[in-house]
Amino acid sequence: MNWQIEFIILTMVIILGIGAITVKDLLGAGILFGAYSFMMCLLWAIMGAVDVAFTEASVGAGVSTVFFISAVFRTTRGTKD
Amino acid sequence: MGDLAKEFVTTYNYWVYIILMMIGLYAVMVKNNLVKKIIGMNIVQTAIILFFISIGAKRGATIPIIAHGHNGGEHAVHAADYINPLPHVLMLTAIVVAVATLGVALSLAIKIYQEYGTLEEDDIRTQTREE
Repeated sequence: MNWQIEFIILTMVIILGIGAITVKDLLGAGILFGAYSFMMCLLWAIMGAVDVAFTEASVGAGVSTVFFISAVFRTTRGTKD
Repeated sequence: MGDLAKEFVTTYNYWVYIILMMIGLYAVMVKNNLVKKIIGMNIVQTAIILFFISIGAKRGATIPIIAHGHNGGEHAVHAADYINPLPHVLMLTAIVVAVATLGVALSLAIKIYQEYGTLEEDDIRTQTREE
């Protein structure tokens, strides 16, 4: 099918996943995790799972990012690792 | 070599699944910050969802909606033409469970921060040892 797009998106998923756990700023980690979820959503739309794709877009990329940002604003933004 | 490269490309989803699972487990075990641990837990969950969606995918198939469904009894439906929708339905509930566990975990992290004033695991451990 269109495996080139799938290849690029899977590589970006790995890069964003590593970035989300290594960045030394919790707000940045939350934003990177939102980008990771959105890349997963695109991947599932390509792989034909459209119902999973729009649930992930609304719940994974939307609500999860809002949860992370609100939790970071209620606690602290700095981290040691 | 050409066969090996073709094998790698066709099973690339499963390699990415293994790598993401290991990234998530590393974050849950090694990272010191509680929010980083929660991000690692979510990466493990999305990796498992990726594995199940990869099981259901087929080459040369379309999305699982039957064309001309109003009189679907008049022509045969070939299962090889449609992607398997059963893993999709299972993973739909897994996404909802993932966001529920994320909410509970973040609320527990907020309560821990209000109690101890930090999100670092070693600081919390020294404070609980002093009490």
